[in-house]
Amino acid sequence: MGNWQAKWRRIWALTRKESRQVLRDPSSVAIGIVFPLMMILLFGYGISLDVTRVTVAVVDNDASSDSAALVGAFRLSPNFVVRTTRSMSEATGLMLDRQVDGILQIPSDFDRRRHADGADVQIIVNGSDANQARIMQAYAAGPVAAWSAADPSVASSGAVMVVDRLWFNEADDSHYFLVPGLIVLVMTIIGAFLTAMVVAREWERGTLEALFVTPMRPGEFLVSKFIPYFALGMIGFALCFLAGKFLFHVPLRGSMLLLCLASIVYLVVALGIGLLVSTLVKSQFLASQLAMLLTFLPAMMLSGFIYDLRSMPVVIRGITYALPARYAVTLLQTLYLAGDVDGVIWLNTGVLALMAALLILATRLATRKRLA
Amino acid sequence: MTPASTPALQLDRVRKSFRRETGESVLALDDISFSLRRGGLAAVVGPDGAGKTTLIRLLAGLVRTDGGIVDVLGIDAAVDPQAIQSRISYMPQQFGLYEDLTVRENLDLYADMHGITVDERRRQYARLMSMTGLDPFQRRLAGQLSGGMKQKLGLACTLVRSPELLLLDEPTVGVDPLSRRELWEIIRQLIKEGLTVLLSSSDPDEAETCDSVLVLSGGKKLMLASPAEISRLALGRTFVATPPDGMRLRDLEARLLADPRVIDAVPESGQVRLVTREGCVVAGRPAPERFEDGFVVLLHRAGGDSEAGPRTLTQQEPPIRDSAGETVIEVHDLVRRFGKFVAVNGASFVVKRGEIFGLLGPNGAGKTTTFRMLCGLLPASAGTLKIAGVDVRRARASARQHLGYVAQKFSLYGQLTVGENLAFFARAYGLDANQTRARIAWALQQFQLEPYLRLPSAQLPGGFKQRLAMAAALMHRPEILFLDEPTSGADPFARRAFWQRITTLANGGVTVIVTTHFMAEAEYCDRALILDDGKVLAQGTPAQLRALAPVQPGRTATMEDAFIAIVEGSRSDSARKSAPSAAA
Repeated sequence: MGNWQAKWRRIWALTRKESRQVLRDPSSVAIGIVFPLMMILLFGYGISLDVTRVTVAVVDNDASSDSAALVGAFRLSPNFVVRTTRSMSEATGLMLDRQVDGILQIPSDFDRRRHADGADVQIIVNGSDANQARIMQAYAAGPVAAWSAADPSVASSGAVMVVDRLWFNEADDSHYFLVPGLIVLVMTIIGAFLTAMVVAREWERGTLEALFVTPMRPGEFLVSKFIPYFALGMIGFALCFLAGKFLFHVPLRGSMLLLCLASIVYLVVALGIGLLVSTLVKSQFLASQLAMLLTFLPAMMLSGFIYDLRSMPVVIRGITYALPARYAVTLLQTLYLAGDVDGVIWLNTGVLALMAALLILATRLATRKRLA
Repeated sequence: MTPASTPALQLDRVRKSFRRETGESVLALDDISFSLRRGGLAAVVGPDGAGKTTLIRLLAGLVRTDGGIVDVLGIDAAVDPQAIQSRISYMPQQFGLYEDLTVRENLDLYADMHGITVDERRRQYARLMSMTGLDPFQRRLAGQLSGGMKQKLGLACTLVRSPELLLLDEPTVGVDPLSRRELWEIIRQLIKEGLTVLLSSSDPDEAETCDSVLVLSGGKKLMLASPAEISRLALGRTFVATPPDGMRLRDLEARLLADPRVIDAVPESGQVRLVTREGCVVAGRPAPERFEDGFVVLLHRAGGDSEAGPRTLTQQEPPIRDSAGETVIEVHDLVRRFGKFVAVNGASFVVKRGEIFGLLGPNGAGKTTTFRMLCGLLPASAGTLKIAGVDVRRARASARQHLGYVAQKFSLYGQLTVGENLAFFARAYGLDANQTRARIAWALQQFQLEPYLRLPSAQLPGGFKQRLAMAAALMHRPEILFLDEPTSGADPFARRAFWQRITTLANGGVTVIVTTHFMAEAEYCDRALILDDGKVLAQGTPAQLRALAPVQPGRTATMEDAFIAIVEGSRSDSARKSAPSAAA
């Protein structure tokens, strides 16, 4: 069929043109390669959600052997660095200067009351970072429990020893769940953001007007936009995957094949959003703003990447069901951390595939060789 | 496929309206019917907003009509636009070249789009390259070509295959006279090969050489006829007047334009050419009518020349400083280098108070660079540069106090209203509240902007945007006004109205420096300078420059003849000089 041959030749020519533009345009390379690398380094080394080496100012008003033992328990904990102070005002000063993250205050009657009806210690935590504060609060319970367990006089009166075990993330390493999220984020940027920009650019520069008056069909144009950015998205995926494996040693429990499949389906969704946005708004500025609002920010905040979906208000949680990133993050986290859990995987992949099909259909219908 | 006897175009009662962002509906094309036979060159001409671009887009199947039938090459555009798009070629006004692809890659893309075979391609490329002179630049990125070369590449891209119909939307806007002439040679060559070409233009001189002309105004068809027929509309109504000794050409023109019996007056080769109302004799001796004269009569009859509107000359301001003849700009051996590239190479000139001084030159000659250095926007690499006695290279900020600058592109705040823009610029120049009020009142009156006071400036009609830009640049009563290609793409009426305002300003003591691609406009200048390749090739009064042109058979030489002769002479000289070293 000569017709098909001509069609494929046009698609090939447009794809080659697009690829050349990507390679020659520093901003495409920046978004496609440099951005994933930066995110990997930033999330990998800069932002870690694990709280380690928290500095605590200790105000020991009791100065008994008991209180010294408690302070010792804090010293021994890998989570804390202890700084001894002489008065509460000194400790408060350190906290205000942000030299310490918390204060452990032992009251002067600590030793006496402990042997009577039970004693209190006060732990003050810098609450300006709520997330870190809550983690510290939980950590502080550790040394206290360890100390009371070690003391026979308390143990005999029936203290309970709590044994924590973290499932799925035994190493309690936030990289385990950050890497899958990162893959979603990087593919969102390349798929939706970059694609939305490049199609809008063609409208703005008037390159489409000349191209329209050729035998080119709208579908061919869309395919030619799809291919190079799909490749770029897969490069971003590979970078994140390799960084996860070799830099952060994140294990992959599920199968590599399923991981690739899931990523591809999500990338198609992201590309679909990007193409649809740029078909509807024809200015680069608007397209980038819309892509940012519709894809990047939700992928960052409402996907379960950083913030737990279950702790969100019901309304917000409801909204997340409309966001492709939510399904992608669930899917990738499951594949990475839990393995091939069939139900979760097929449900989420199915939803994403449906979204991809609808987006591509909508884009195809909205793309017309017409100016007004 | 289609018999050659079917017309190339056939339009029947075509209507098209658009909705502006403000919600009002604009009728771009109103009940247009015409048919055009195959073969030959047809032009669509008309003032800004006549509907030329809409018509061409309609024919290209890019816009749908609201009513009526558009038939292109026997195909109904409403039924199968793709069939039309597969058989015609179309060059939009802003041809969308991919600037990060090379000349060759751009051509290849279009060749692939049209499914041109390798053999055919070899033949076509050779022909296109020799036609456009782009051969040596095949590997250059399209973004690094000059304006004229980009336009030629755009044309080459639309011509990679032989279409049955070629649509060109204002192909020569912003292109210098040399490149314009080359583009026209290409178009004529194509006509000879039997192609049908329809182009739009706002320049009546271009329409004169076409086989048939469709005159549009405000969306309505005024006439479709041969240029000669349209010229005849001005039969017996065209004259040329020579200014008496001691009177400037532009003053004579202004005086004639103020006469209600005169419908048009333009300076030309040291004389003023005028068109009068039927049966009126005002001044000068009769001259043969031309297309432009007939065009003006036609539009005047239709009441279309709104830009030329109120003819009364706007009131003059009291002179800024009554010291005509004093030197305000002094440039000596000015040089600007960008790395190894010398953009301006030893330019020297002097401009006196109240003069209109023109900077002429092909695309990429160094006009804009010179301009930017004069305005203190770009530091000079060497040479001296004094404005109103202030050394610009030492004290840029204080030099800027003396000047106003109107950029080529509209560079005001689109979302601010006319009044807000003026108030902003007044404050930015340091005017106090009273001065601001007085200057805004002056500007609204002088530029007839009063009715638009509360309109966001992005929604102003084309000509009024430029008025506003000029008003904003004049808020601080600068002694010197710089205008960068102010008339590029404007229709003849807007251009005339613009020069009237400039004349008024210069008579009030403002020194005006202006760049232009329309050589005829140099006639408005007191003196002008021709620049190419960074070097000053000639400078002097329009008469002195015209004297440099070779003798033209049967007519007096125009400024354009002089310009082309000067630039080509200099280029062949430098080619001869560099030839031995290139051979070595």
